[in-house]
Amino acid sequence: MLDAIAFYTLAALILAFAIAVITARNPVHSVVFLVINFLAVAIVYIVLGAEFLAMIQVLVYAGGIVVLYLFVVMLVNLKRGPEAHQDPRRQTGAGVGLAVAVLAELTAILAYTGRNPLPAVVPAASARGPGGNTEQLGWLLYTTYLIPFEVASMLLLVAMIGAIVLARKVD
Amino acid sequence: MSAYFIAHFLLIFLVFNMLVMSAAFMVWMERKVCAYIQDRVGPNRVGVEGLLQPFADVLKLLMKEELRPKAADAFLFTIAPIVSAAAAFTAFSVIPFGSETTLFGLLDRPLPLEVTDVNVAVLVIFAITSMGVYGIVLAGWSSNSKYSLLGGLRSSAQMISYELSYGLALAAVIVLGGSLSLRELVLNQTGYWFHVIPRWYIFLQPLGFLIYLTAGVAETNRAPFDFPEAEQELVAGYHTEYSSMSFAMFFLAEYINMVTVSAVATSLYLGGWLGPILPSWLGWLWFLLKVLLLLFFYVWMRWTLPRYRYDQLMEFGWKWLLPAAVVNLIATAALVLWIG
Repeated sequence: MLDAIAFYTLAALILAFAIAVITARNPVHSVVFLVINFLAVAIVYIVLGAEFLAMIQVLVYAGGIVVLYLFVVMLVNLKRGPEAHQDPRRQTGAGVGLAVAVLAELTAILAYTGRNPLPAVVPAASARGPGGNTEQLGWLLYTTYLIPFEVASMLLLVAMIGAIVLARKVD
Repeated sequence: MSAYFIAHFLLIFLVFNMLVMSAAFMVWMERKVCAYIQDRVGPNRVGVEGLLQPFADVLKLLMKEELRPKAADAFLFTIAPIVSAAAAFTAFSVIPFGSETTLFGLLDRPLPLEVTDVNVAVLVIFAITSMGVYGIVLAGWSSNSKYSLLGGLRSSAQMISYELSYGLALAAVIVLGGSLSLRELVLNQTGYWFHVIPRWYIFLQPLGFLIYLTAGVAETNRAPFDFPEAEQELVAGYHTEYSSMSFAMFFLAEYINMVTVSAVATSLYLGGWLGPILPSWLGWLWFLLKVLLLLFFYVWMRWTLPRYRYDQLMEFGWKWLLPAAVVNLIATAALVLWIG
């Protein structure tokens, strides 16, 4: 019961701030709302008993990545407010298409997991007890999910090298 | 309302007020140490040896008019100092500063001397510190002034750069201690080698300690890394436009952050509240002493070393400190694996 109240309150907060992110006129305000949104997600993790994930969420997303967003937004929009585009509805078609695609994907995932429930080992996040889930999460990452983990890190490495190559001055 | 609950509540109240007091004390110590380093006497009019000077300063700040630039973003301008101060206070909440106590049998179960014991305390501190950046960045942006903006940008760049080395230095200690709980990490440092040398991690991690201290100075924006408020270039950096109590909040946050960084260093490298001679229930005296020494070191450094140049700071952070931290972490992990 208490869990449900916490979850729905947080979900409402997350949704409200997510909407605020995309409706705010000022990009810096958008970024601030995004931070609050991420913090609320972190609290959801804590409610689920995944304190490690929660802290990483705050540390990496709210603390690290969004500061970089802020950095860019602050530099780009120094004085000028965002100008109204000639045709503000130019992206409506693409937006609707994307939304439908995401909806289809979510429905497919829900339908799939509905028929094939995930194995019981997976929710490491729900493991409670002394030491918390940090150890279990690390263990799972380096055993069961080693290949996805390594693929993700390779992807990040490639992206990093790509960024460096793009940013490097041509001699 | 059990006795335990009341004691815990009082403890939280005490910690909060001690933090505020420590900021006041730090202001006094800074001015005094600075004065003696520069062959002056320093504040000596208000109270004994000027000890009441910080309170006079706070009173002065409270009386001042709260100014806000017309072009400033009102909302963000108001919350920025609050974010800074709140983050500074919150980070200290997971730091243990003494062994468990029953207050001479007054409580039915032992009360650990810290606000809250979290099993991922190191990460909590790290996460909250990373939130503190927002106070500074938003203050810089919302003031709508070029000096503030540049100060805020510099600060965020600096903190992001040094956070990595800071985290990697901490990670090496975590690998050694095998825990993310500060209390467990401190208790792992109990005992002596050859009956003389305490089992503090500073002796296993001398390089890590140096990296942590350096990155800690950069994280708290202190000299010689105090670029966000380099007076010659940026007037006062991100808090140029702030006055009265909102300025005081930034000031408070800066000093409390110093206390937190020193307290974390004490817990992770200097054995926390552990020490010889004193009985264990007086361990918090050791903790205070160690933190005080580190704080003195910070002040001493500020008034001794000149400020770096900005590009030197970035080069040092990325090309020297970060590789050193990575090598330190890998070497520590390898040794832990080898020795078992």
